[in-house]
Amino acid sequence: MIIRGRVWKFGDNVDTDVIIPARYLVTIDPEELAKHVMEDIDPEFAGKVQPGDIIVAGRNFGCGSSREHAPIAIKAAGVQAVVAESFARIFFRNAINIGLPVVEAPEAIAETETGDVIEIDTEAGTVRNTRTGKTYQSTQYDEFIQQIIRAGGLMQAVAERVKARQQAG
Amino acid sequence: MGMTMSEKILARAAGRRSVEPGEIIEVAVDLVMTNDITAPLSIAEFKKLGLERVFDPQKVVFVPDHFVPAKDIKAAEQSKIMREFALAQGALYFEIGRAGIEHVVLPENGLTLPGQVIIGADSHTCTYGAFNCFATGMGSTDIAAAMALGTTWVRVPPTIKFVYKGTLPPDVGGKDLILYTIGQIGVDGALYAVMEFTGEVIDNLPMDDRIAMANMAIEAGAKTGIFGFDEKTREWLARVTDKPYEPVDSDPDARYQQVIEFDVSNLRPLVALPHLPSNVYPADEIEDMPIDQVVIGSCTNGRLSDLRIAAEILKGRQVHPRVRCIIVPGSQEVAKQATREGLADIFLEAGAVFSTSTCGPCLGGYMGVLAKGERCVSTTNRNFRGRMGHRESEVILAGPAVAAASAVLGRVASPAQLN
Repeated sequence: MIIRGRVWKFGDNVDTDVIIPARYLVTIDPEELAKHVMEDIDPEFAGKVQPGDIIVAGRNFGCGSSREHAPIAIKAAGVQAVVAESFARIFFRNAINIGLPVVEAPEAIAETETGDVIEIDTEAGTVRNTRTGKTYQSTQYDEFIQQIIRAGGLMQAVAERVKARQQAG
Repeated sequence: MGMTMSEKILARAAGRRSVEPGEIIEVAVDLVMTNDITAPLSIAEFKKLGLERVFDPQKVVFVPDHFVPAKDIKAAEQSKIMREFALAQGALYFEIGRAGIEHVVLPENGLTLPGQVIIGADSHTCTYGAFNCFATGMGSTDIAAAMALGTTWVRVPPTIKFVYKGTLPPDVGGKDLILYTIGQIGVDGALYAVMEFTGEVIDNLPMDDRIAMANMAIEAGAKTGIFGFDEKTREWLARVTDKPYEPVDSDPDARYQQVIEFDVSNLRPLVALPHLPSNVYPADEIEDMPIDQVVIGSCTNGRLSDLRIAAEILKGRQVHPRVRCIIVPGSQEVAKQATREGLADIFLEAGAVFSTSTCGPCLGGYMGVLAKGERCVSTTNRNFRGRMGHRESEVILAGPAVAAASAVLGRVASPAQLN
């Protein structure tokens, strides 16, 4: 899969409280959550982000709470993927589970800026910055995680298992 | 080659003789937990599978605690979704007035036992590692899958062993130990690793302090924190359950990603300044930092021993005129005992609020939300930007002794500065 989009750049340790503040956790409606995405790190972000954009960030993206509302808000805002130096593991897992591509590309971060257009090639495991022309390696998913992605998310993968179990009687 | 206690628990739950860090395995879960914020999403995902029943209603638990008693209509609707599903399933359910904060309530009810695998849709599920089990936070979808299957997938994490040497000085507790540790290794210093807490200081550390340490393992990016099983664990559990359990210990030749030793004999009461839990300083080095609010409570420091520490300082003293002090018992049991012992009276006489049990203030939910520019010393676990309210408010993390002393003096202060 090739994902091409315009970059919004953030720093290290972007936590789930700034991605979606707890005051908005009274709903699970993705559209409602998207209205407040990244509000406490950039109150203007929800108004600026366009469908197809990509978030690029530093270390430990998504640290803090287990709230799945965080990747849901990002995805519902139209963000296609998040590229970071590293991810907090609960966030990483949540993103994979709901079908938001999350890519670890440590070398790509420093030289990428807001407004750049980057191309992520998930099969090749690369991230290319079209402004600089430079290509960087990204870490490859395990086969197990690829299965979840191919199924379209964790619950789709689980549904296949439940169905198989029911058919087996 | 030997295994760590975490690897042994995971191997057992996977029906395997051994596991190695990095492997992806499927493990049976002993308990699956959600709360009023995360349950509605789990329930919606679970219902998509078309299953009538969760895998085992006695291993699925729902705890309303974040926005309850309901702070507004939307929160009430979320709680209602959870309550109706829990009751229809015959699952474990802990209603307000008979329960409290999930990570205080589940251990009190003997639901977090040595050797178990516990997952919860709350990042502080790692708290239960204090009881020698493998407990970790996940998102709502992972929890929905586990509610259906009774299993979850885990990449076996490597373990970092922390060895605490020396003797703990007065006024220094588990909260200070974990803040010190996070200050040393950083907020991603244990990313996806298990933090195994050991050493003579840990051997002598009371259970409530161990719980506070395990609780904040996530604040170093860890998959979980874990402690060995000893007489203190046995005694604690004997008060709450007669169920059998199987403790685990790490082998002498277990492999660790890293072994980190700290001598903590000279440790002073600490604070973490905004906006990261790793931004740690001795409380008595912080000069002239006035505060507006103090919160004492939460899944980190809302237990009876925490309230006793706070009461000892607040007894015969007054909360500073400019400060709002909110004391939140972690559970109904804690509230009852605090009342019986006279702690509640001490708080009320000192001019503090003694609240019902809730997560509310910790995450800026309700019961103590901060206005723009306000500063709060809190015994909670996160001081991220906007965590307790306005994005331009500030949270300073501390243990109960520093929080109570700060409430009296109206500024960030160490208990020693009271005299």
